[in-house]
Amino acid sequence: MHGNGAADAGFWAPLGRGGLSSWIFSTDHKRIGLLYLALILAMFAAATTIGVVLRLKLMTPGNTLLGPQTYNALFTLHGVIMIFLVVIPSIPASFGNIIMPLQIGANDVSFPRLNLFSWWLYVFGAVLALVSIFTGSGAPDTGWTFYVPFSERTTTNVNVAVLAVFVLGFSSILTGLNFITTIHRLRAPGLTWNRLPLFVWSLYATAWIQVLATPILGITVLLIFAERVLHLGLFDPGRGGDPLLYQHLFWIYSHPAVYIMILPAMGVVSEIIPVFSRKPIFGYKMIAFSSLAIAFAGSLVWAHHMFTSGMSDLAVLVFSFLTFVVAIPSAIKVFNWLSTLYKGSISVEPPLLYTLGFVFMFSVGGLTGLVLGSAGTDIHVHDTYFVVAHFHYVIFGGTGLGLFAALHYWFPKVFGRGYDARRATWAFWLSFAGMNVLYMPMFVMGLQGMPRRYYDYLPQFAPLQLISTIGSWVLVAGLALMFGNLVAGAFHGRRAGANPWGAATLEWTLASPPPHHDFPQTPVVERGPYDFTGVSADE
Amino acid sequence: MSETHKDYDASKMGMWLFLFTEILLFGGLFLLYAAYRHRYAAAFHEAGRALDVVLGGANTVVLITSSLFVAMAITALQQGRKVRCQWFLALTILMALVFLVNKYFEWTAKFQHGVYPGSEHLAALPQGQALFYSLYFAMTGLHGIHVLLGASLLGVVMAFVARDKVRRDDYVLLENAGLYWHLVDLVWIYLFPLFYLIS
Repeated sequence: MHGNGAADAGFWAPLGRGGLSSWIFSTDHKRIGLLYLALILAMFAAATTIGVVLRLKLMTPGNTLLGPQTYNALFTLHGVIMIFLVVIPSIPASFGNIIMPLQIGANDVSFPRLNLFSWWLYVFGAVLALVSIFTGSGAPDTGWTFYVPFSERTTTNVNVAVLAVFVLGFSSILTGLNFITTIHRLRAPGLTWNRLPLFVWSLYATAWIQVLATPILGITVLLIFAERVLHLGLFDPGRGGDPLLYQHLFWIYSHPAVYIMILPAMGVVSEIIPVFSRKPIFGYKMIAFSSLAIAFAGSLVWAHHMFTSGMSDLAVLVFSFLTFVVAIPSAIKVFNWLSTLYKGSISVEPPLLYTLGFVFMFSVGGLTGLVLGSAGTDIHVHDTYFVVAHFHYVIFGGTGLGLFAALHYWFPKVFGRGYDARRATWAFWLSFAGMNVLYMPMFVMGLQGMPRRYYDYLPQFAPLQLISTIGSWVLVAGLALMFGNLVAGAFHGRRAGANPWGAATLEWTLASPPPHHDFPQTPVVERGPYDFTGVSADE
Repeated sequence: MSETHKDYDASKMGMWLFLFTEILLFGGLFLLYAAYRHRYAAAFHEAGRALDVVLGGANTVVLITSSLFVAMAITALQQGRKVRCQWFLALTILMALVFLVNKYFEWTAKFQHGVYPGSEHLAALPQGQALFYSLYFAMTGLHGIHVLLGASLLGVVMAFVARDKVRRDDYVLLENAGLYWHLVDLVWIYLFPLFYLIS
């Protein structure tokens, strides 16, 4: 199979009458995955721009650049777009769709038409989100959490925004449902659960969270809508309702949702590290198991977002303890990755760099998460920049870098071409430095008491705010270089063979890019996914 | 993909997963119900007395009967008796309509007594009772939407049966629609005692 189809366009070749409709109505998992990727990256660019504008406003104290209402609307938009349109679908919807069926030796997912339908729901949700910005009496200003009672009373366009979230949630549920069924039903002969690539394991755990947690978000945002339109009073303290119950319902979804965000990135890391250390992964079963453990334990910790809400002390203790429990499977993964690298024959290619970036950023974000998860210290840093820093370390430094690692790793497979590795390396170091300069000062400001979401701040925070803003410029420069390099590679990069990295999972046995109909004949699997004996990179 | 791929077990599995999500969707509301019932036990007891047990009971019987009909429709198709299957599907949909008409009369009667979300009458009642009615409208309303969706789904399947797209050797769509209908029924089985019988 060595590189026999490298010169042809694979699944990119025109189909039927060709043109746009052969893409947006395609049920091919690879095309749907690419459609997702394109939209997700476009949304990422939009929300990053908003983030940079926010940082620009915060560069100096006082009433500069934006009015307070615009500032509130912009941080809400930044959150809503990043969470619901970028990070939640990021890796599963794009690379999950493109790569997962290939890794299990299937020719598509179980329900290809449902897959296309969930992409259209995603588009519909994105359009609704846009509508909520530009119609009605102003863009939502509640923050992405839509906390009551403010979200019930604000006159801004919350109604449309929560409907957008509902539709996007539905899209996410259908993707999860499709993946669970696919992984159960369509594995190639010989591909037992013990031979399943860890990326697939992580998607499997993620899909269960998507299916089991997202409906709660659905009903919660529907209730916000009903409260605003029908005045049910279920969360209105003036009428006997309890706003705390809203917070419970919201976090029952939204905390597990952070594992929807991080688990697939962990799967990507588990794929890349063995390939570039030329060693089987250390502790395969524990990594697979820890994905399920994170999915399970992660659904029992939601109330650690509510330590200062007046919840009972007993509840605080229980949720604090359970939060610490989640750290165990997360740490298992990190130690297993490091053990895989130990005495490996490491080649520092761009995918590995992004992966190591993930491990570093995730460790910082994860350990500071314990500061927040412990009830005593949380009281001090609750709702400060410390939370913002922690979250961005985990989600941008973690999931973001995980997505970029996946982009650099599977790029030759998807586009059939390589990219400039030197420029990719530069882009990595720029982004990595930028991220740390951007978010590290926020930890310090948070400890000093700078509250999140505030429009203005005391002069004592000015130097660190300035440093943070400078970091955002470095980061954007790194991202621009990275995307520029990848786009150039997609058009002019060197043709890639079937297996440029020498990886042992099934997607690398196909030509790059893979043909329309993936596997000419169903593969029979007789080895583990990280067994590199006899496998080497082409050229 | 040129050849169509049929996997009976996958279709059933997908449907069961979807049913889980539906249960969890209602689960959020049941959670609110549990919390408020715990907090306002006496008021819930009082408010529940104003609901018409006869109408609610009749609707329970109607839905359980409809579940029987849809099960008989599936068995009929498995035996290759297409016309019989269509008759039972029609009866199921008829039962769904009876349920909705019944519900319509129940709700309008409540509206005429000034009991609807956000009404002044409710605002004057003790808070627990007002919350009871808010939950009543939210939960039976969401359930009503599901009755409508389920009945429409059965209608679509009925058209497929007529055109032999769903037939003796390929009936998974009918079976899945039946599963969905049983879920709609099951949710009502919980709603009925929680609202009508708690007094």
